[in-house]
Amino acid sequence: MIDVIKGTLLIVGALLMLLAAIGLLRLPDLLTRMHATTKAAALGVILVMLANAMHFSEVGVVARSLAVIVFILLTAPVAAHVIGRAGYFVGSKLWSGTVKDELRPNYDPLTHALKSGLETEENAKRQPRETDPE
Amino acid sequence: MTGAIWNLLLGLAWVLLSGDFTGLNLLVGLVFGYITLVLIEPHLEALKGYPARVPRFIGFVLFFIKELIQANLRVAFDILTPPWHMQPGVIAFPLSARTEMEITMVANLISLTPGTLSLDVSDDRRVLYIHAMFLDDEEELRRNLKEMEHRALELFR
Repeated sequence: MIDVIKGTLLIVGALLMLLAAIGLLRLPDLLTRMHATTKAAALGVILVMLANAMHFSEVGVVARSLAVIVFILLTAPVAAHVIGRAGYFVGSKLWSGTVKDELRPNYDPLTHALKSGLETEENAKRQPRETDPE
Repeated sequence: MTGAIWNLLLGLAWVLLSGDFTGLNLLVGLVFGYITLVLIEPHLEALKGYPARVPRFIGFVLFFIKELIQANLRVAFDILTPPWHMQPGVIAFPLSARTEMEITMVANLISLTPGTLSLDVSDDRRVLYIHAMFLDDEEELRRNLKEMEHRALELFR
């Protein structure tokens, strides 16, 4: 029984990573590629690590597998966000089938200011933050 | 937070005292610890609200896993079949998260679900720009994102 579960986890995990690779090759632009590579691959690694933890079921291995999962969950979205954002702002072309872009009209390439589109006179003023110098 | 630490300590104490160092026994210890904390919660100010938070956390994890699998299947289907069904685009998503910490949390959760990738947050911290892969039903997508944000914020407030 447990062997079946382990096997399923491993195969599904490997398939997800294969899918990420195919997606990277087939998808048309940077942002859609980020979708395929980060998420499918992250879920794939998580499944493989779960199978790993089940197979060895020793405290050390389980703890390390869980640590790998936690770090993947912490780093994958941040990396995807940073790469996607940088790619978008240096002007990588969006795919021709892109249906809408609500960011472009709100972004000023000279000052790098990004409006929210919700401003009224009152809240368009720059709001002070904790990190501001006094 | 205090509640979570006490729960962990009680679980570890259970493992130490029963002398059975396995994951399953730690789980048993955590459950007993939780029951203890539920029983003494009315008498201790520091534990206020902890018992309600645990089921909510488990509910959130299950909800997130469901979203993750659903969205992954959808992306997988589109990658594997030759014609493109996707309609990618960038949408502006109004945030109800206010502090930097909350915004980081919500943005990361959105990035983690396949089909949505948070691009940037506006300078006044009111709107998150999200790149979405499937915009054929934008209302539905926005509703899903709102629900996820709502559930995530409930956990940390």
